Amino acid sequence: MIELADQFFVLSKQQILLLMPVAAQPLASVLLSIIPIIGVFATLFALTTVLERKGLGRIQNRLGPNRVGPFGFLQPLADGIKSLTKEDVVPFRTDGVLHFLAPVLVMVAALLAYSVLPLGRNMVALDLDAGVLFFFAVGASTELAVFMAGWSSRNKYAMLGAMRAIAQMISYEIPLILSTVGVLMTAGTLSTTGIVEAQSGYSGLLPNWYVLTPWGFAGFFLFLIAATAEANRSPFDLPEGESEIVAGYFTEYSGFKFAMFFFGEYLGLFAANALAITLFLGGWNSPLAILDWVPSYVWFFAKLMGLIGLSIWVRGTTPRMRSDQLMNFAWKFMLPMSLVNVLAAGLWRFTGHGFLGWFVCGSLVAGSYCWLGVELSTKNSLKKRVYRFAT
Amino acid sequence: MLGTGLIKGMAETARNFVGSYFEADRLTTVQYPEERVPVKEAARSFPFLVFDGEDPEKGLRCVACQICEKECPPQCILIVKDTAKKPDFVGKMQFQPKIFDIDLSVCMSCQICVEVCPFEAIKMDVDFEMSRFDRFEGLLIHKRELSKSNGHFQKIHPTDAAAVDANLAAEKAKAEAKAAAEAGAKAKAAATAAAATIAAGAGAAAGTPATKPGIALPAAPAVPTSKPPTSPALPLTMPGQPTTAPAAISFVS
Repeated sequence: MIELADQFFVLSKQQILLLMPVAAQPLASVLLSIIPIIGVFATLFALTTVLERKGLGRIQNRLGPNRVGPFGFLQPLADGIKSLTKEDVVPFRTDGVLHFLAPVLVMVAALLAYSVLPLGRNMVALDLDAGVLFFFAVGASTELAVFMAGWSSRNKYAMLGAMRAIAQMISYEIPLILSTVGVLMTAGTLSTTGIVEAQSGYSGLLPNWYVLTPWGFAGFFLFLIAATAEANRSPFDLPEGESEIVAGYFTEYSGFKFAMFFFGEYLGLFAANALAITLFLGGWNSPLAILDWVPSYVWFFAKLMGLIGLSIWVRGTTPRMRSDQLMNFAWKFMLPMSLVNVLAAGLWRFTGHGFLGWFVCGSLVAGSYCWLGVELSTKNSLKKRVYRFAT
Repeated sequence: MLGTGLIKGMAETARNFVGSYFEADRLTTVQYPEERVPVKEAARSFPFLVFDGEDPEKGLRCVACQICEKECPPQCILIVKDTAKKPDFVGKMQFQPKIFDIDLSVCMSCQICVEVCPFEAIKMDVDFEMSRFDRFEGLLIHKRELSKSNGHFQKIHPTDAAAVDANLAAEKAKAEAKAAAEAGAKAKAAATAAAATIAAGAGAAAGTPATKPGIALPAAPAVPTSKPPTSPALPLTMPGQPTTAPAAISFVS
């Protein structure tokens, strides 16, 4: 019974496939994997937009949207109808093909990343041996789409926004990938399902999740920060700083293309959060041995909702960073921290998982955190500006 | 230490988030169409024409002097004088507007028309829900719709309205005193032809030009030289005092 509930979607897919003629089975198998992913995550996107607006409202002591449907939960439907029926304004001098392709590419890149994410036990669309590598390769093509949008718009604000976005995404790509190296070293595999299986089981009461090790804890937060920057969310939302550059790279987009950018951005955020769950939070595994009967996909989506809630909370708290602060943070804090973290993960392998390991790795990570933090906050404090060329 | 500020900030937002569910006084916004914030007394949105009494045609204070039309910076007022005259609140015959239109799409709510009006005839309303279905004709507000009673003015701007009512009451008392003095002088002249020169002197003394309406009068109204035939001069009244409004309105009827 527990097994059936856990494998319900897997088994039902197999049953549907058996009804098909043999020639149609490969295509049907692909479609049966893709359509639920798109459907589920599109619904999650709709739910997140309304939850985010309501959460931000509560954080600012407002009520948030509460008019459309019960408690305002049909608001995304109204937003969708609005953006579908809006006029799609394409400026006269745009590079038409690129301008059209950019939002499509954002969506495609974000959706491709879902193919390697295990949503539950045996629930992965494409079980690649190099799944994590594939994820980052596909995720990096978002940058291309962003720059396509900025370049093809022929708008200085779009161009500036795209350049900011490129600088930011490339800078944060490095700590994003380096923070996962510890996991890959410990698990000994690049396959996402392999990493999740390496985290199954319990030592004492606690699960064997990588977040419960000193290097995994640091790596998890480094990964989350870098993923927030990759998804262009507050406090790293400089590419769309509306007070400076109108709306950044999607200044010249309207109607449904704008909605696609929005959708793609959220899909990217969900994918990054899902990878953080896969790498550090044990994927579909349950946190307690006595809760093992809960289906695996429930755990996965519960963790995903938790991380989405955290990102909404951070967005409601933090102001936008300055450009130089952003770069300093990436190169002077995130990069050294993630390198130290790789070292700590290596030491963890050889010091054993007991008190000695905790002491050595923990003090290495905590010490470098404190030292880098002091360095960053004292050496780079705001000084009187010196004008070298303007007098 | 790096990150402590972020944690403090997140604790603060978490307090706001949880607190907004339990403490109703944390929520600073209202659910607008159902709930409303009471309008501030100093609020202003769009001009309206004040009329005394019940009839907006008869009681309209506007005398079509066209000062507001000339002073209006965006030129949103159109006034056409009527040939027929009508008595104003002191009984003097005055012009009246045949057409008085204000273009809602042009008006910038600067209140200059109110400042320049010598007859306390145009005031600022507080109504802000003025959207129309017709973009051209609908936004041109005509005299009929612009006319609102003095009671409405007293309701939306009680302090201003009380001062205006007191001014107008003093004005009326003064005019009545003058009329009474003139009547007395005439009677005297008719009675004794010999004392005609004295009576003429008294009449000239009483006939000093009246203070313009709209300029604040001294607190004590002019003491009549002889007994006024109808109501006595009203002292300055405080806002919200019930005696003021009926007295001010009854002057016309």
